[in-house]
Amino acid sequence: MTTVLEKVRAGREAAGERWRGAPRWVRWVLLAAVIAFFYALPNKEFYQWLGPIPTTGSNFGQVLFMMSIYVLLAVGLNIVVGFAGLLDLGYFGFFAVGAYTVAVLTSPSSDLKTVWPWLTVLPIGVALALVSGVLLGLPTLRLRGDYLAIVTLGFAEMIRLTATSAGFLRGQRGFNQIPHPPGEHADGTPIFGVLDARPYYWLVLTLIILVVLGVRNLTRSRVGRAWISIREDEDAAQLMGVPTFKFKLWAFASGAAIGGLAGVLFAGKQNFVNNQSFELLNSIIILAAVILGGSGNILGAIVGGGLAYYLIERFRGVELFGIELYEYRFMFFGLCLIVMMIYRPQGLIANRRRAAEFKDRRKEVIVGG
Amino acid sequence: MLLEIDDVSLLYGRIQALHGISLQVDEGEIVALIGANGAGKSTTMRAISGIRPVAGGRILFNGEDITKLRADLRVRRGLCQAPEGRGIFPGMTVLENLDMGAYTRRDRAGIAQDLDRVLNLFPRLAERRKQPGGTLSGGEQQMLAVGRALMSRPKLLLLDEPSMGLAPMLIQQIFTIITEINEQGTTVLLVEQNAQQALARAHRAYVLETGRIVKSGTGEELLHDPSVKDAYLGVA
Repeated sequence: MTTVLEKVRAGREAAGERWRGAPRWVRWVLLAAVIAFFYALPNKEFYQWLGPIPTTGSNFGQVLFMMSIYVLLAVGLNIVVGFAGLLDLGYFGFFAVGAYTVAVLTSPSSDLKTVWPWLTVLPIGVALALVSGVLLGLPTLRLRGDYLAIVTLGFAEMIRLTATSAGFLRGQRGFNQIPHPPGEHADGTPIFGVLDARPYYWLVLTLIILVVLGVRNLTRSRVGRAWISIREDEDAAQLMGVPTFKFKLWAFASGAAIGGLAGVLFAGKQNFVNNQSFELLNSIIILAAVILGGSGNILGAIVGGGLAYYLIERFRGVELFGIELYEYRFMFFGLCLIVMMIYRPQGLIANRRRAAEFKDRRKEVIVGG
Repeated sequence: MLLEIDDVSLLYGRIQALHGISLQVDEGEIVALIGANGAGKSTTMRAISGIRPVAGGRILFNGEDITKLRADLRVRRGLCQAPEGRGIFPGMTVLENLDMGAYTRRDRAGIAQDLDRVLNLFPRLAERRKQPGGTLSGGEQQMLAVGRALMSRPKLLLLDEPSMGLAPMLIQQIFTIITEINEQGTTVLLVEQNAQQALARAHRAYVLETGRIVKSGTGEELLHDPSVKDAYLGVA
């Protein structure tokens, strides 16, 4: 078992080396190919050749759309958990803020009756999520570790319960006729319709690319260095002159804004939003996705986010010995996580730094014990 | 006077860790703070660097009252602490760690110059510059912590137990380097359990007992003080 694992590990490290060692143009071509692949993926003409990869029990375009939403969420949460090292269990709350902002301001069933177009509300939703990130962060980011996790968990529950019981958020009745993003084909039919999920997927995919570029630049700047130093040793970071509170708040706010963006996109696709879409489980799945992929690593978050939703959805419509596997999907997901944490706690695509931190912590445990 | 601490007290919850401590550090000095485990040495350091808020008293640095100033802003004023033990960034390479030391600075030329200086002071670090900090030995980590603090080009360098957990040979070495740093113009305040070495190197020293300063004098005086000898130097 270990030898197989070691072989896999060596292989992956070699792949990483080869990637870093490859000439620039090779990397660009490969990257372009991967991006092209994902743009082509939802077309039946393309995915029918991919064997068992497309989901059988549900529309593959729809699954891909939700995967892309999860990827976006994972990329956002990765800033908070992966880079700044803040354990946020209520991340889905920001997603809800984004989605409900769209619902309240655009839906005719809202009391406000503003019925604004989706695109107008997009920046408002993102901004509100960001503000709620700052508001939640201001009092709580002085807490560390477990305490922060508990408070953020409470925040997500507050949002969910408000959605359930506050009259103007309409609980389970929800908001319908939420408008779609704008745009028409040459023949006058809307690009973003009801039946075809692909345009939404392409929209989110494009936004993911933009967000990833932004986050990548951020992490390579002084901001990123500050985040990593906070994650590794908050006291030491402060002793080096890093204004830790400010940067934690920054991480929280930018993560929240990305979560809000995902919520806005989700609402624009769904047409209908009610309190059922914001279960606590979703927060946990996103967090699991980041850790599964390899927290502290953008590529890891992308892979983790996509994989987490895909793995869960892949079981739909699959039967084994007459048992509907979808019923047990979370059990399989949980098993995956347990196995991962035993054999590869740093995630599928580990960050070099993160791996060293894990080793260091293990050493500390031995010394302490 | 570079640093003046006036009647500082500090609480950990309900437990009072410091009972009105006063001490001074002049420009160009090495001042040592010695005492047993739990006497409040590291706590004093935390109060000075700003990691823990004080409950009373004043801290003056360079004539300015910094009692309520945030820790990161104190670094910008020229006060930098090398934290005790494993206070380095384990996932960052040696160079990245040193680079973090210069976080508050933007003068590239000066940073490069200081990097050369630190790597000259600690040839071991130069050899391991690409290695993650967490993979270094205890002594090397200690050197990295000191080197990193130097990268901020501090007016006052605070060293918390620089010899902790080191082999006798390394202890000698690290104290030689501390003297060298001081001769190059950095004022040093260090906390030590290794009183022998600390008193031999320090211009002046304070003895701390259960959160109070009980004695002070030049390093030489305290080295020959019978009660200090008895309690901290391990000779009868």
